[in-house]
Amino acid sequence: MITLTDAFESGKTLCEFCMQENITLAEAMIRREIAMGEMSREEILEEMHKSLLVMRESIRRGLEEHVESVSKLSGGEAMRLFRYAKYEPFSGANTCRVAASAMAVVEVNAAMGQIVAAPTAGASGILPGVLLEIGVEREWSDEKLVQGLFCAGAVGLLFAKNATISGAEGGCQAETGVGSAMAAASIVELSGGSPEQALDAAAMTIKNVMGLVCDPVAGLVECPCIKRNALGASNALLCADMTMCGITSLIPFDEVVAAMLAVGHDIRREYRETAMGGLATTPTGKAVAEKVHRFQEFERGRATI
Amino acid sequence: MDTFSVFDIVGPRMIGPSSSHTAGAAKIALMARRIIGRPIREVRFTLYGSFAETGRGHGTDKALVAGILGFAPDDSRIPNAYEYAKESGVLINMIMSDEPTRHPNTVKIEACDDNDRWTEVMGESIGGGNILITEIDHLAVELSGDYPTLIIRHHDEPGVIAEVSHVLAQMRVNIAFMRVFRHGRGEDAYMCIETDTEVTEGMQMIIVQLCHSIRQLIVV
Repeated sequence: MITLTDAFESGKTLCEFCMQENITLAEAMIRREIAMGEMSREEILEEMHKSLLVMRESIRRGLEEHVESVSKLSGGEAMRLFRYAKYEPFSGANTCRVAASAMAVVEVNAAMGQIVAAPTAGASGILPGVLLEIGVEREWSDEKLVQGLFCAGAVGLLFAKNATISGAEGGCQAETGVGSAMAAASIVELSGGSPEQALDAAAMTIKNVMGLVCDPVAGLVECPCIKRNALGASNALLCADMTMCGITSLIPFDEVVAAMLAVGHDIRREYRETAMGGLATTPTGKAVAEKVHRFQEFERGRATI
Repeated sequence: MDTFSVFDIVGPRMIGPSSSHTAGAAKIALMARRIIGRPIREVRFTLYGSFAETGRGHGTDKALVAGILGFAPDDSRIPNAYEYAKESGVLINMIMSDEPTRHPNTVKIEACDDNDRWTEVMGESIGGGNILITEIDHLAVELSGDYPTLIIRHHDEPGVIAEVSHVLAQMRVNIAFMRVFRHGRGEDAYMCIETDTEVTEGMQMIIVQLCHSIRQLIVV
């Protein structure tokens, strides 16, 4: 007999709890939130619905408006990819639209727009891109999509508790990797997959990006973050498909989580959000950083108003 | 971390691009505004460490200005905070410092209120939009801003802490976290009390009336 308090100790206990109560991962997450005692079920659902609306608006903005980041390094590429989706893209129209939606959110983020961190701002595009774009295709109601967000939350919580969701601690695998795992699990569960299947999909997405470093050019949440959200979205789609056709993960979810943390800690500091290695210190990366820095100095000069 | 809420994982809703450099910065300044508690005329922000190095690209300065104006971390007006400051006649000074600090994302906020009184607040953005207020007027404190907070300045003598917690208990206000600080024995001391529910104005008056050693009570 597993109690609600123990349910979120691991993926295994969470699946056992869901089976024992005959509930979804999303419902387990909602019950835990109610047990925390700050809000009623209705308030919790309403609060998550607000986040869903912000996610939808951030995708719309990124795809329809001409957003430009503060550093002027990014903006407009999401819109370009979304429009290209109808010209028989190699990765398929669906994947292209989902990836473009994911990029749209992170472009809006870089332009100081409103987003929902999932689990972080740098990985904020994957979950909304996947869930909302697939939701449009499959005509999922907002009520259903909100359940998807709670399922994603349950998976993200397991990473936060048993590994990390911080790029500074575990590299990009901890941010866009976990974002993909959350997205994959949510569409699997919303399509009728079991809690085990949802966690299997999550495990596979992390396996695919195990060791991915965090090396932001000029220290900004733009390059390579925006395109890594596109990758994260397509990774989530593929792993969800593999799961739904009956493919399982040889390494169980909890062991993948533990491996991800161990690898994350072995990643040198230069590759954990410090902008001291990887793409950030390539000749072009350094030149861009220099340019951004000069812009900063210029702005500093006129800061006093 | 057992205290994670689902809204820490899918959330927070925020203005980008960075939870630590943008959302956290806005939250620190918003807390400073509440600590000051009066209309602000002039502010001097000093940014340290990573805030000073990559702050502009992350809009840290705009987020700080927005917070001091009372905008929440998810307020869409953050990108235009300088314009709003100009409109409301608040003088803004932004200083980038290369002095080392304990935490890489640190800011010092010195603000002058409408009584010409200057208050100094130090804050750290500790990740994921979470913050700590570490100093108020050179006194070391630890405030997260996640709960309604009472800051009480009082004379350092036996029984004051018991009095205040007793009065709160009588009013059915549950204390979530409580810390006490002092400059030295018998001098001014401070209590920072984070509560589960709001402490209303009526309750604040009762606390001040019943506990005679209290010199000042601020609700953040």
